[in-house]
Amino acid sequence: MILKDSLIAVIVLAICVIWALADGAAAQQGIGSALRLMTPLLLACLAGLYSERAGVFDIGLEGKMLMAAFTAASVAYLTGSAWLGLAAGIAGSLSLSLIHGLASITFMGNQLISGVAINFLASGLTVLVGQNAFGLGGRTPALTGTGRFQPITLPFAETLRGVPVLGPIYSGLISGQTVLVYVAFAMVPLTWWVLFRTRFGLRLRAVGENPASVDTAGVSVTRLRYTAVAICGVLTGIAGAYLATGLSAGFVKEMTAGRGFIALAALIFAKWRPWQALFATFLFGLLEAIANLYPNLDLGIITVPSMFMNALPYILTVVILAGFVGRAIPPRAGGEPYVKER
Amino acid sequence: MVAAGNLMGGRSDAAAPAAIELRGISKAFGPVQANRDINLHVPKGSIHGIIGENGAGKSTLMSILYGFYKPDAGEILVNGRPITIADSQTAIRAGIGMVFQHFKLVQNFTVLENIILGVEDGALLRPSLSKARGVLKRLAAEYQLNVDPDETVENLSVGHQQRVEILKALYRQADILILDEPTGVLTPAEADHLFRILEGLKAEGKTIILITHKLREIMEITDNVSVMRRGEMVASVRTAETSPEQLAELMVGRKVLLNVQKAPARPQAPVLEVRDLAMVDAEGVERLRSISFDIRAGEILGLAGVSGNGQTQLLEILGGYPPKGARISGTVRMNGAPLPLSGRGCDAGQRRRDGIGHIPEDRQVEGLIMDFAAWENVAFGWHDAPEFNKGWVMDNDAIRRDAEAKMERFDVRPRDANLAARNFSGGNQQKIVVAREIERNPDLLLIGQPTRGVDIGAIEFIHKQIVALRDAGKAILLVSVELDEILSLSDRVAVMFDGRIMGERLPGQTTTGELGLLMAGVTDSDGVPPGPARVTDLPEGRA
Repeated sequence: MILKDSLIAVIVLAICVIWALADGAAAQQGIGSALRLMTPLLLACLAGLYSERAGVFDIGLEGKMLMAAFTAASVAYLTGSAWLGLAAGIAGSLSLSLIHGLASITFMGNQLISGVAINFLASGLTVLVGQNAFGLGGRTPALTGTGRFQPITLPFAETLRGVPVLGPIYSGLISGQTVLVYVAFAMVPLTWWVLFRTRFGLRLRAVGENPASVDTAGVSVTRLRYTAVAICGVLTGIAGAYLATGLSAGFVKEMTAGRGFIALAALIFAKWRPWQALFATFLFGLLEAIANLYPNLDLGIITVPSMFMNALPYILTVVILAGFVGRAIPPRAGGEPYVKER
Repeated sequence: MVAAGNLMGGRSDAAAPAAIELRGISKAFGPVQANRDINLHVPKGSIHGIIGENGAGKSTLMSILYGFYKPDAGEILVNGRPITIADSQTAIRAGIGMVFQHFKLVQNFTVLENIILGVEDGALLRPSLSKARGVLKRLAAEYQLNVDPDETVENLSVGHQQRVEILKALYRQADILILDEPTGVLTPAEADHLFRILEGLKAEGKTIILITHKLREIMEITDNVSVMRRGEMVASVRTAETSPEQLAELMVGRKVLLNVQKAPARPQAPVLEVRDLAMVDAEGVERLRSISFDIRAGEILGLAGVSGNGQTQLLEILGGYPPKGARISGTVRMNGAPLPLSGRGCDAGQRRRDGIGHIPEDRQVEGLIMDFAAWENVAFGWHDAPEFNKGWVMDNDAIRRDAEAKMERFDVRPRDANLAARNFSGGNQQKIVVAREIERNPDLLLIGQPTRGVDIGAIEFIHKQIVALRDAGKAILLVSVELDEILSLSDRVAVMFDGRIMGERLPGQTTTGELGLLMAGVTDSDGVPPGPARVTDLPEGRA
């Protein structure tokens, strides 16, 4: 059971170790890049975890992230502050979250349709407003200086660089990331703790499994689900802001490139559990990093073309969504609006 | 109408306020008046039964007490103090606990987590969990409510899940416990245990309201009983001063015959011969083990047993839709010709053409399409009959006329063939299915749980139809978990346990005790069940 639960972690760490033994320098570069690439995935995945654990399926992660990326980039450009950009990103994503909540909780609509609508809305609205405001064909002007989140060097990073094994890991990988990367990683244990050690987490999980049990216990199903959806909005907001003001330097049309859907696949792969979500998104990050680093992977006998390498994360997504990872049981009340029975 | 005030006195002091008092409660859902001017008086420390047919308004009334619905009019007094129960939280604070018919448990939570849900002591779980563990230990010792606190609920039996629901209410310090149809899902042994628990709670001074439609339970355990009919409270009496017959009459508003009047059977040649039928399901579990029996024309074979002992699988195989991935062996002959048990020719349509009618166990899933109109449902399975078709297209007018005629003969109410099946009451839904199957005049009729969730008036009607079909010389296999029903309808009774037939008995020459032992799978030291394995001769009127 323990082995099965940690299977993703074992696979991911094995890839890292083998890579490090084969080519240490490239591995350090690649894994560092993977950590940055996985950050938006991890945040979106945890966002989805809160929402879906509460019984509200959310395929609108993609759209919310896109909206957040746009509002964050715009505000960061106009104010010159990455932090104000972050706040705007959260606000942009949160507003879409509330639309989703209104449709699927208050009006008991279909959660998939609401999610699809949000994806379309974000995809169209960002380009339309962007073109109107900046006239750059949907882009925002490039961000510089304080408009972007800059890497942070952790204490002792320089002094510890010489230590074997741990040195490169600490100085080269852990240190030198932007603050949002640390936020994303801190969210993993925090989410686990909230979910399994607090009253709120107990109720959140219960409302996704059997909302009637929560209702008869005298706790408001609606309020719990709205809270979950709002947390989801905040986390996708950070993910989108990181995409536009940390990973890149501005908003580009459709810049999320399916990351919201990859995060959903990772969520299923992780079976709606936070630690597994960390490793599942790490796997996607690694694949993306490998594709960037080795556009044409030479395996001696054959050369894997770059198109295939770039497609790898998406292929893995399809494989996971097709159910090749064993039975992933979603929260039992997921996708169902709660209606009091007579 | 017996005045509620009659209930005062006896155990409880006449001056003490009632645990629950309702005055003039009314509640309507749209045009339907679910409760009309309800008065109820439940003395402290008593077990109070509320009995009534399906749709009489019992559950609505209890939902009002638990804050699920707001009454349109009326007053609720708890321990003499008038209160407004706006939501479940208010009800819980007033000391009211509810055990729903469909449990409100989170399946993948542990017992402890389920118990503290909603009444955690603080933002962190750990202190609440350890406190609940202590309280649970005390309650378990006090009331025979033993459950492993760390077990996941989905691994518990239904009876244990119900204990968790009771524990939940007690943990919330409920003084008044409402149980909605608590024995519907329990085995007889589990039900007995539940009654001992309720007696223990009563001895501690708790007040219990028991909603049921089973007269025997009312007689066995309650102190007082109130009868509801069509949204009104028609009587409140002391249980000791009433009888099952009187209560049944009050429920339906006229005399009903609880025992079916029927002439002795005149069985003819065997219609269905089952030999060594065995089935292993897709998971490799043996569901049926070497089952052999005959059903002759003109007799009813009752198949008794606790649900889940292979009855469902047997009906599905005979009905022509065996469970997916099952391996089946043995032979089944219908009027002498072997029936295919798998592959081509084994389908429900072919079975119908072979003269087998089927009233499935779950009418809402297998018997009806709930969103389709009654007239469409009456044609299902026979939609390719020549009289329903004009060339390539269906003759909807003919189907509709046929459906209306059948609804008339079977007294389906309301008599509206255009109404969706969902909008009929349970009893009338079942009448639609029964009409469809019986009117086709099958040689063999398979019946699963004909009266589950059906009110007494409809039960009586359905039973009469079944007996009439038998008297017309047809063979009938009756599967039911209601022992009373089996005993009053069957000409022979076979008992199933763990996929096996434990023995056959004549209903007039056995006792519920003996059948209970067979249903529980009691065998002698060699694993052989006591008593005869087969009976063929009926006491009178044999062919």
